[in-house]
Amino acid sequence: MTRVPIAPGVFTWPSDDPQLIGSRCAACGIVTFPSQASCPRCAATDMTEHLLPRRGRLWAWTTQEFPPPSPPYAGPRGADFVPFAVGYVALAGEVKVEARLAGTDPDGLVPGMEMELVLVPFRIDEDGNEVVTFAFHPSSDEAP
Amino acid sequence: MSADVAIIGVGLHPFGRFGDTTAIEMGAIATRRALADAGVEWRSVQFAFAGSYEVDNPDAVVALLGLTGIPFTDVYNGCATAASALTLAAQTIRLGEYDLGVAIGMDKHVAGAFSADPRLYACPSWYGEQGHFLTTKFFGMKINKYMHDHGISRATLAKVAAKNYRNGSLNPNAFRRKPLSEEEILASPVLNHPLTQYMFCSPDEGAAAVVLCRAEHARRYTDTPVYLRATTVRTRRLGAFEVHSPWLPIEEAPGPTVDAARAAYEMAGIGPDDVDVAQLQDTDAGAEVIHLAENGFCADGEQERMVADGAFEIGGALPVNTDGGLIANGEPIGASGLRQVHEIVLQLRGQAGDRQVPGSPMVGYTQLYGAPGTAGVSILSR
Repeated sequence: MTRVPIAPGVFTWPSDDPQLIGSRCAACGIVTFPSQASCPRCAATDMTEHLLPRRGRLWAWTTQEFPPPSPPYAGPRGADFVPFAVGYVALAGEVKVEARLAGTDPDGLVPGMEMELVLVPFRIDEDGNEVVTFAFHPSSDEAP
Repeated sequence: MSADVAIIGVGLHPFGRFGDTTAIEMGAIATRRALADAGVEWRSVQFAFAGSYEVDNPDAVVALLGLTGIPFTDVYNGCATAASALTLAAQTIRLGEYDLGVAIGMDKHVAGAFSADPRLYACPSWYGEQGHFLTTKFFGMKINKYMHDHGISRATLAKVAAKNYRNGSLNPNAFRRKPLSEEEILASPVLNHPLTQYMFCSPDEGAAAVVLCRAEHARRYTDTPVYLRATTVRTRRLGAFEVHSPWLPIEEAPGPTVDAARAAYEMAGIGPDDVDVAQLQDTDAGAEVIHLAENGFCADGEQERMVADGAFEIGGALPVNTDGGLIANGEPIGASGLRQVHEIVLQLRGQAGDRQVPGSPMVGYTQLYGAPGTAGVSILSR
């Protein structure tokens, strides 16, 4: 099965060591995700692409126990829907990114815990491709 | 701020589910009731603002009220739509342009969580495709973090929801009029941890209207004017923890409710200690808990003890959501904030019946909050 990213420009692809693609303001230094053309802090328009750190700490989380309204939700529905955890991970002092949380049940989620970027299967599209998206799961070892 | 604008009439179409009745028809009913309450004829109304999410042109209500040719402006500002309609109506009077006008809110939503195209909120499509473009998830995340940071228990969330259902049972205009126990609330399905189904409000249908006039004219119409001391609307600043945010900066800032509240207190020359009754945005029970602190009614974390002590019950130190709030009334977006004003006006006049706050309240307060990070506050007094 061919694997395809949920959208171009969200994370480096293909990659053995994927990173989220954000942007940094040349004027004030703020980091955004995804990348955008102008700065939400100082309104400058000189933004450059910036690959985000792969690790960070869990800042806030909840669970999604019911299928979100569709559209826009395009994932598994009905009996195929599997509840998931979602939260913000603060990436090494640069930016907080909202993502699915994988690799643990909600009881294992503790604010401040070390998390690491992974790519996870999301759905099978109309052409039979496996669509992958990004998520964070607990780090396999302590942060460097 | 001097009291230069008065509310002389309020009207409500009940909130709930009303079959084939259209939002426009509900808006006309609420407006007629507000006009009757004020003793004013529609033909005397000099201007109007109306808010709705579902109705493109709520000013079409003139087809049912009378085509008098007045300036009539439609506003939409998310969950703060009604606050915006009220603010603009008050400012029109303050500007000296007109002396008597109405603010109207109306809506009729299908059941279920609100949905939209994420791109319309400056969010990428993939954010919605993977199921993150959802308000309930944000509210679950915000209260989950708040509970962890400030020591709030799930029992407190259940107590807040139970209070609002109990207050709703005393309100003939409410959508949900059946009291629910804390146990039933906690046992209902979890939608977004830690929030259960019965801790959330539902989109529904309804309308509300307010008649405003120049303060010095108020006693021509009523012996019980309620003065609009402040109305403010604010949007999120960078660093606020807001709905529909694929990312947040590391820096943190207070939410727009904090900014709207501060501005309103300053405008009114009134502080949170002076408020006798408040209607706060309880999209879910956790939102009410957070908004108690964001509006200055307690410090972060004090809600745990104050809720247990009954401080926010009718008869408590600061009754909150005396008409059942959004949890018991549901949320027809365009009307929700004017429903809050309707309740405050009844409370300040002593006309709130079985849910009347004792002790002749002098000062009332309303707050709205919603996507994509917009808040509205008003302060009213006798």
